[in-house]
Amino acid sequence: MTDLSLSNKAIAGKTAPPAEARSLRLPTQWLGVTPFFIFAVMFLILPTLYLMLGAFQNEAGEFTFANIVALFSANIVAAYWISIKVSLASSLIGAFAGLAIAIAIVRGGLPDWIRSATLTFSGVASNFAGVPLAFAFIATLGRLGLVTVLLNTLVGLNLYAHGFNLLSFWGLTITYVYFQIPLMVVIIVPAIDGLKREWGEAAATLGATQAQYWRMVVIPVLWPSFLGTVILLFANAFGAIATAYALTGSSLNIVPILLYAQIRGDVLHNAHLGYAIAFGMIFITGLANIFYIWFRTRSERWLK
Amino acid sequence: MKAGKFWAWAVFILGAAYFFIPLIATVEFSLRMRRGVYSFDAYKVVLGDSQFQATFIFSVVVAIFTILLGVLIVVPTAYWIRLRLPQLRPVVEFITLLPLVIPAIVIVFGYIRMYGSNSPLPFLGSNLGANALLVIGYAALALPYMYRAVDTGLRTIDVRTLTEAAQILGAGWGTIITRVILPNVLIAVLSGAFLTFAIVIGEFTMASLLNRPAFGPYLQNLVANRAYEPAALSIIAFAITWGCMSLIQILSRFAPKSANRPN
Amino acid sequence: MAEPFLSIQHVRKSFGATTVVEDFNLDVAPGEFVSFLGPSGCGKTTVLRMVAGFEEPSAGKIVVGGKDITRLKPNQRNIGMVFQAYALFPNLTVGQNIAFGLKVAGMPKADADRRVAEMLDMIKLPQMADRYPYQLSGGQQQRIALARAIAPKPKLLLLDEPLSALDAKVRVSLREEIRSIQKKLGITTIFVTHDQEEALSISDRIAVMYGGKAEQVGTPFEIYNRPATKFVANFVGTLNVLEGKVTDAASGKVQVNSQEVSLKGKLNGSKSGDTLSLALRPEAISLARQPGHDTSLSGEIAEVHFLGSVIRVRVGIGGNSVSLDTFNNSATPPPAVGDKADISFSSGDMLVLH
Repeated sequence: MTDLSLSNKAIAGKTAPPAEARSLRLPTQWLGVTPFFIFAVMFLILPTLYLMLGAFQNEAGEFTFANIVALFSANIVAAYWISIKVSLASSLIGAFAGLAIAIAIVRGGLPDWIRSATLTFSGVASNFAGVPLAFAFIATLGRLGLVTVLLNTLVGLNLYAHGFNLLSFWGLTITYVYFQIPLMVVIIVPAIDGLKREWGEAAATLGATQAQYWRMVVIPVLWPSFLGTVILLFANAFGAIATAYALTGSSLNIVPILLYAQIRGDVLHNAHLGYAIAFGMIFITGLANIFYIWFRTRSERWLK
Repeated sequence: MKAGKFWAWAVFILGAAYFFIPLIATVEFSLRMRRGVYSFDAYKVVLGDSQFQATFIFSVVVAIFTILLGVLIVVPTAYWIRLRLPQLRPVVEFITLLPLVIPAIVIVFGYIRMYGSNSPLPFLGSNLGANALLVIGYAALALPYMYRAVDTGLRTIDVRTLTEAAQILGAGWGTIITRVILPNVLIAVLSGAFLTFAIVIGEFTMASLLNRPAFGPYLQNLVANRAYEPAALSIIAFAITWGCMSLIQILSRFAPKSANRPN
Repeated sequence: MAEPFLSIQHVRKSFGATTVVEDFNLDVAPGEFVSFLGPSGCGKTTVLRMVAGFEEPSAGKIVVGGKDITRLKPNQRNIGMVFQAYALFPNLTVGQNIAFGLKVAGMPKADADRRVAEMLDMIKLPQMADRYPYQLSGGQQQRIALARAIAPKPKLLLLDEPLSALDAKVRVSLREEIRSIQKKLGITTIFVTHDQEEALSISDRIAVMYGGKAEQVGTPFEIYNRPATKFVANFVGTLNVLEGKVTDAASGKVQVNSQEVSLKGKLNGSKSGDTLSLALRPEAISLARQPGHDTSLSGEIAEVHFLGSVIRVRVGIGGNSVSLDTFNNSATPPPAVGDKADISFSSGDMLVLH
């Protein structure tokens, strides 16, 4: 079917009057990128748009805000809220810890092998998510985890008696940080490498202290990459499901798990509410990115 | 200067502790299957499990197809953008970054609704179609990594000059792509391929929601039902990821060094 | 010399087992412009970086204005420095870059603004204050870097190959500008370069460095005309080196390709039968006999390069070859390859290299 209609168009093109012949050269230019755009539209853009439009329709296909309004029920708001908290906490902790590690290995005067080993390890750990990661933390900080047991027997500190629970906000955050820190390291190390040694030396000869140099040059220069990475880490955590699902089952009510349950079994008993939840997720990650773009264009006029 | 070095070590050691203790704990746990002594029983049980073998092979095959699809989509596009349509670069780059913003669960949700068994394109109507859709979904997830790897590879070799040189020597397009461009970006493509492999092999969300018998859902199922085997599997999964990254690292040593990189 | 302003005394620097600077001594007078000239790896940059405070000398001391600054941190030395790669802060405008040193010193904004405007006038880029570095050409960036270094009124100005990254034309105009600004401000300056023409054209004195040591320190005129060592002679300017054999040490007779040259009083210590390296600057040689030239050698024209105002000719004399320059004269065609030619020079211009 599709093939036929395509060749019909091609024939129509061939019989077109000569006046249009010139404009016909253009499509051959675009032929090289056509597969990419077909792929992107069919499997990235349309499915997303489909959900976004569905979020504003009822079962009968009529336009409505009812699904969006329904998002503000206590259960769903709570899920969004805990998702945002976990994503924000893990991205901020991951970002600052990752930055500290990156600075330590690039500028700290540590041996060279530490730098390359850390970078390789970061490449591994930033992709080490999902079930294996969840299980690693269960084996570490679960009720029978190595650290939990060691702390209890050696120091007499019972983490769980003090209110710690791996299947909680902090438990999930500390687990997410495991892939957030390395991702930050991988992205920010090239940016720190981009800081020229001469800038520091120029600042020093001009009388600046190390702190002044950092405040006036290093932080402003790193800030855009840093903020961009924080946004990326946020989105990374916000959409993550496998780790949380393996860790907590469905006992921790975060948005991706809620959506997962909805897709599997329509637990909300409203298909279009599922669309609205998906819409909400894109809305939040999209908002974060728009904020980032706005920030960049507004304050970074020195970037080429 | 000396205080700085102290803090660098302190940060590094603290970080190393955070990253290694869970691994050590998992290794330790995975060896505890037999009461009282450390043993590799958990690994034996896991590796001998026919379901493990089946799901793992399934995921490996899916990963290979994902890599092929990714290469087919990304390499010509990145090449063409560098060569002929640089004005499209921002659009293409924006699209390749979309999977970092749109969560995988949302993308697969869209697939389920758009390509269900009674839609015009019923991917999910057959097993083969569903497998294909899984490959497509993974290719979309890996798009940012694949595109960046290939584009970086193309940047270092200056495709335009190479292409023009080949044309002057009388090469046709087929020759240019297969004999000139691909060999030169092969390392970059392979880096992207191993990264794709690492992402795909244990992926859970898409495989689970498309009901595919993949490694990720198998792992998930195991965690819920077993004690020691998941620890062994976690270590195996970590080793696979580590293997992929090491291969990328080793490959990067063979990457062509640019002869004319500015600065 | 009057009381030196900068005094580098017995400075040595080693990194592990390798010594990059050995017993370096130099006194620089107030307002003097001294160049460190040498090939890469000769230690010139290391000496500069020790003066700036980025490297600590393994031994010796550095005194500026009567004060020992050897152990002082770079940011306490009040030294201005210009780098090869400009090193402008990319996130700051031109004005903010120039004001950087004033701001960290706590100068009130109004005063700093005035000083920035003054600096921009000085480097003839008055309209550039609000531009960002990436919007400027290399030459403009380097002038901004110079203004930034000078703005806090440093006691000493260090220039680390500031012209190397620029293209030829800008390089010449900027070096003249640097020199005129330096003269106007009377600021004591050290200029590191590997380009002998640069060093010769703008320095009060040059320290030619090789292998971590100063081979010779002197005015450009001295360095060029009376090189103290073979290295200096070879490194600075073009030099023709001829092999000669001493035939009569007592009367200073030397043979070059069986032709006799008299070098009375220059042979210090050579014996009859020794082989010597004799050096001549191209400009000391003429193609025809000139008044004042007491020596001539005959040979054959081997190469002719027409360079515009000058014609560079290479004359083969047996196994030796000699380059010399003649001025272009539209009335006479240049010599042809293969022609017989006599070259002449004054034996006083001939250097015996040891």
